[in-house]
Amino acid sequence: MTTEALTSTEYIRHHLQNLTCGLREGSIHCAHSAEEAKELGFWAINVDTFGVSLVLGLLFLLLFRSVAKKATSGVPGGAQNFVEWSIEFIDDSVRGSFTGRSALVAPLALTIFVWIFLMNLMDLVPIDYIPFLTQQLGISHFKLVPTTDPNATIGMAIAVFFLVVFYSIKIKGVGGFVGELTLHPFGKFGLPANLFLESVNLIAKPVSLALRLFGNMYAGEMIFILIALLPFYLQWTLSLPWAIFHILIITLQAFIFMTLTIVYLDMAHQEYH
Amino acid sequence: MNINATLLGQTIMFALFVWFCMRFIWPPVIRALDARRQQIADGLAAAERGKHDLELAAKRSADILREAKNKAAEIIAQGERLKVETLDQAKNAAREEATRIIAAAHAEAAQEATRAREVLRDQVADLAVAGAAKILRREVDAKTHADLLNALKQQL
Repeated sequence: MTTEALTSTEYIRHHLQNLTCGLREGSIHCAHSAEEAKELGFWAINVDTFGVSLVLGLLFLLLFRSVAKKATSGVPGGAQNFVEWSIEFIDDSVRGSFTGRSALVAPLALTIFVWIFLMNLMDLVPIDYIPFLTQQLGISHFKLVPTTDPNATIGMAIAVFFLVVFYSIKIKGVGGFVGELTLHPFGKFGLPANLFLESVNLIAKPVSLALRLFGNMYAGEMIFILIALLPFYLQWTLSLPWAIFHILIITLQAFIFMTLTIVYLDMAHQEYH
Repeated sequence: MNINATLLGQTIMFALFVWFCMRFIWPPVIRALDARRQQIADGLAAAERGKHDLELAAKRSADILREAKNKAAEIIAQGERLKVETLDQAKNAAREEATRIIAAAHAEAAQEATRAREVLRDQVADLAVAGAAKILRREVDAKTHADLLNALKQQL
């Protein structure tokens, strides 16, 4: 616990509150409670989510770029070995589930996997470290794990959704895409039912992507918060096993998001599904 | 936990990250990987070729060795034959030489004997003449009886 004065409820609430900042009455204002955050409306930014994901994304890009720039076909060094290993792993996954040819899918999968993995990895930082630090700097709320913010996961899922629609139209044409939505599975006489079913099918893709990742990470974070309510000398008995288990979960969730994205794009590339 | 503009920001950020990755990270690394795969394949092929060459060389060296052995055996046999031949020749030559020497010695001995006989004959003739002269000093004249003496000399 950060301070003795906090009750358990307040502590949990505090940890689940993003640093939401937006314009209010002509000046930038950061919310101090969930209600205030809601009042800021849609045109507000979760600065913590945005900042952490940006830093992690840049970290990923810079690390991989520095290796890619001097990548040689000779004997690879440590960093190059790691990067090559990651890229070959992704490449194998993409070749396994994606049947078409596309210059986009493999780099997309790599970005998704590494970025989500890094964001999930923030879950393993002891949950009070960063909020405590930021409080010393005068920032009231700070949620370190971007993937426990639905904005981040839905944002990525929307990008994937756009790609699915884009490739569906690009490969099958507008007519083909509309036909796919309206002429299956009951033929042209069951058009309303077809449209309903296929729309649900289409919308379910980004929703399941976003909510699966968000739900898993949110639940994991929640358990860490609950464990943190125990007396400090008992916490390790639960937080250590949970953290070890969580290493599996964060990797798995990143992998699932990546694989489903590949599969959805593969389906978008196929004429008949 | 409310939905706000972070959503759009995340979408844009994601798109930019993917673009960067696609443009600047993926191609060079994949190129390097492909190049290395090619190098390894080339190296393996070269090793295979080297092994094949080695086998050929071993076969050829075995051939050469066998040929050399054969030739050496041939040379030895030839040498043996030559030796025997030479020995035979030498033996024959020696035998001929010995025969010749013996023959020469015989001839010489014969000559010697003839000469001795000649000398002896002369001397016997002289002796006989001298004896006869002594006996017949008065009645035999050497000049008148020369024919007789010569005939005698011939008979000796």
